[in-house]
Amino acid sequence: MLAPLDRKLFRDIWHTRGQVLAIALVIAGGVAVCIMSLVNYRTLDHTRVTYYEEHQFADVFVELVRAPERLLAQVQAIDGVALAQSRIQAPLKLRLADYAEPVKGRVSSVPATGRARLDTLYMRQGRLPDPRRDDEVVVVGSFAEAHELALGDSLAAIINGRWQQLRIVGVAESPESIYVIPPGSMLPDYSRYAVLWMAREPLAAALDMQGAFNSVHLSLKPGASEPGVIDALDRLLRDYGTTGAYGRAHHFSDRFLSDELKQLRTMAILFPAIFMTVAMFLINVVVGRMVSTQRDIIAVLKAFGYSNTQVGMHFGKLVTLIVLLGLVIGVALGLWLGQLMAIMYMDYFRFPVLRFVVPYDLAAVVLVIALLVSWAGAWRAVSAAVRLPPAEAMRPETPPEYRETWLERLALRGRLRQPSRMILRQLERRPLRSFLSVLGIALATAIVVLGTFQFDSVALMVHSQFERVQQADMTVTLEQDRHRSVVNEVARLPGVRYVEANRMLPARLRAGHRQWRTAITGLPEDSRLLRRVDTTLAPLPVTGEGLLLTEYLASELGVAPGDTLTVEWLDGSGDIARVQVSGTSREFLGVGAYMTLPALNRLRGDGERVNQLQLNVAPDQRLAVVRTLEERPLVAGVSERRTMLDAFYDTLGRTFLTFTFVNALLGGVIAFGVIYNTVRISLAERGRELASLRVLGYRPAEVDHILLGELALLMIMGIPLGWLIGKYLSLLLITLMQTELYRVPLLFTERTLGLSATVVVCSALLSALVAVLRVARLDLVQVLKTRE
Amino acid sequence: MTNTNHTDSVFRARGVTRVFGEGKLAVQALRGVDVDLFPGELVVLLGASGSGKSTLLNILGGLDTATDGEVHYRDLDLSRAGERQLTEYRRHHVGFVFQFYNLIASLTAAENVLVATELVDNPMPVAEALGLVGLGQRGHSFPGQLSGGEQQRVAIARAIAKRPAVLLCDEPTGALDSHTGIKVLEALAQVNQQLGTATVIITHNASIADMADRVITLSDGRVSEVRENASRADPASLSW
Repeated sequence: MLAPLDRKLFRDIWHTRGQVLAIALVIAGGVAVCIMSLVNYRTLDHTRVTYYEEHQFADVFVELVRAPERLLAQVQAIDGVALAQSRIQAPLKLRLADYAEPVKGRVSSVPATGRARLDTLYMRQGRLPDPRRDDEVVVVGSFAEAHELALGDSLAAIINGRWQQLRIVGVAESPESIYVIPPGSMLPDYSRYAVLWMAREPLAAALDMQGAFNSVHLSLKPGASEPGVIDALDRLLRDYGTTGAYGRAHHFSDRFLSDELKQLRTMAILFPAIFMTVAMFLINVVVGRMVSTQRDIIAVLKAFGYSNTQVGMHFGKLVTLIVLLGLVIGVALGLWLGQLMAIMYMDYFRFPVLRFVVPYDLAAVVLVIALLVSWAGAWRAVSAAVRLPPAEAMRPETPPEYRETWLERLALRGRLRQPSRMILRQLERRPLRSFLSVLGIALATAIVVLGTFQFDSVALMVHSQFERVQQADMTVTLEQDRHRSVVNEVARLPGVRYVEANRMLPARLRAGHRQWRTAITGLPEDSRLLRRVDTTLAPLPVTGEGLLLTEYLASELGVAPGDTLTVEWLDGSGDIARVQVSGTSREFLGVGAYMTLPALNRLRGDGERVNQLQLNVAPDQRLAVVRTLEERPLVAGVSERRTMLDAFYDTLGRTFLTFTFVNALLGGVIAFGVIYNTVRISLAERGRELASLRVLGYRPAEVDHILLGELALLMIMGIPLGWLIGKYLSLLLITLMQTELYRVPLLFTERTLGLSATVVVCSALLSALVAVLRVARLDLVQVLKTRE
Repeated sequence: MTNTNHTDSVFRARGVTRVFGEGKLAVQALRGVDVDLFPGELVVLLGASGSGKSTLLNILGGLDTATDGEVHYRDLDLSRAGERQLTEYRRHHVGFVFQFYNLIASLTAAENVLVATELVDNPMPVAEALGLVGLGQRGHSFPGQLSGGEQQRVAIARAIAKRPAVLLCDEPTGALDSHTGIKVLEALAQVNQQLGTATVIITHNASIADMADRVITLSDGRVSEVRENASRADPASLSW
């Protein structure tokens, strides 16, 4: 048998179900963002960790030209090395039957079944290649999927300059190929870049590498020093053409995966923090107001002899039920969205198995915070109500003191009709409440801004990268450095309109103990096709002898213009140079180091060399140009701006923007919850006055004017404030989300502002509709006969 | 002033019934009431709590509609009027005064009157309306700065400023002490006499009946007595 108060509780909830649901939605929106972000992040992170453990992802990697197999024992003997494994790797070109574009790739040797102990393959289908067969390969899952390759299919490949017919016997994933990024590219490309595995003996035969290796990967003992092992490896392999050993942090796949996860983690902390703060603030306000409307009931309960604590408990229960409802909706929604999101990311990260993590701990923390905040809001209102002696609370409330508003005194005296005056005075009479309402609308606007500004920002980023920076239609990478006269040779090809040459030299930059593996790009001084622009889209001149670093890189290295860096060329020569930093640039995309081509060539000291060509081609001869170039032996690869652009949108579109979009939707839910409550509470508070006006003969539309006019005024103040708050929150977000890969610029367009305003205005219109229906149904007699 | 013989009635109600709820829960508030109200007359509607007097007043004022029977305001059939017509009817013809004043707290006394006068074409000047109820000097005060009696007089000023044909008052002194209540009644009597507004005052306080031209007593949803006073008493002479 329920106590009467508890029955009142359930009836109150039922009676005010619209409002209850709206408050619950505010909580649900905040909670859903928390849970979704964390399910997504933790699931991916846990999946990665487990995958790395189960498939023995190596700690240190090194490529070299050639070393005898016996050297492996010396690698194994380096202090701190747990297990070292040698292998052979080679670049290859593939020709696919129904695919016109050129395909490049990399083939690695795999030890015979059961012998691999590092970077073991996860076999999706088929088996490992037979060491006795020279035509069997395993292909990476992403490439197989992109081209719908099946077991038994054939591939025509050029390895070490020779055509070879290969047969697919397996489809696999590797912890080294979670991201498949072509060398020299910043983004994954699953169609034009393949990763293949062959048995070691046949591959060694194809490359004349019998009894030798050109790549080592190794794991470290617990507590071993990675830099120590890297230094020892570099010393040991110096004479074998090493390009420098590197740890996981510089491994292509892991580096980008970590970058993505880092960004996801930032979003998983920041978005929920902002959403929950906003939601909690709003709940505090909304719950407080809801309890305030029951002032007389509180008085009656007290008159009966209920203690303040009992009254407080009663409303505490009410609030708890609402919060729990919101949590249940929020957690369910968050889990569902988080899973969907993780599955979507999974498609892109190429993990073999997704391991879901449900953040129960976080859900518990969110529950406690939500309850405490809501109780605080309720308690504020209850304690204000119980402070009055019951008799006073039950008497008609003394009309509050109003005065003329400053607006009326200033300008509008005599020009306002009474309803407009009521609106203004209501707002000015309770400045704190009005401010909270405005702030509520502002925060609702701000979270929608936060969720949507990135669409335009990303568009700007892409525009600057692909319209301003990379003006070449295609980039041709050469197998080796060539004299710059190669430009003239390529310029003569049919369809080529303009050619420029540059040089990219892989290097390790060192400043004290800090270092970074990258490539130094030498640009023609008056480059038309490879311009550098900063974040204001202004051209960045690359002149003189010095090195221009992107800001991100400069800060990672801890250097400023004027400082000197050590450059270790990673071409197997072991040569070292010193160069002064001439400046830093703010760019949206990537990390880089630039100098003029002549200066780079002087620094390297090997003549007028180039190894990359930038081409503008006639659009109708694009494919013909690509084919001609691909057939030249010295061309390592051709990448087109168009495909880079596609890859970029494909990557960002599927992860970042989806995440953002879902956040914007949940922001919209919160916005609706807040505004609906503002309107409903306003209606409850003003019901009597509105009814008085109806009795006087005001038409429903004239009465709506008062209610909705107030809302409109709050919106007019709240939305611009929301834009401002949104701008600062966005600034915070992008500052914290800067990664090596990209720095999202802060850009506010009319679209972002308009979209956020539209979401908020739509919420308001929907809420207004409810209010209008309520006004139409106002029971005039009932309202006026009873005391407030 | 007795208008009993006046044939051109303001209100003519015949066989008015009002049932709230349905089936077993149905409550019969009015069980066939016949009432007339004539121009310029002041009627006191007496009755115990639950006798149906407020229900009748609400129906006359267009706040509620009869379940059965006919109610005419002049040529307007209130019993068949829709919500829109009732709003227009209230807007142009009726003034209400309630027990709990129902002033708008955010507007001054004068502005509360303006709220009503803005609705019609030929209203009484605000100062005149406030002067009629003896509050000529308090126009700039907000309701929070006025006593209960003063607030009720502002409510009366607001009700009459539209120059309505009828003034309907539901327990106008119910929330006031006798001294203050008498001031309110004086204001009502004065308005009635000066403007000739037909006035109905609901009360359960029989002493007020003496100030009326006619006293209609309701009990259990029926008119149990209609009494005409030979002369109207001055509200100042009343006491309770």
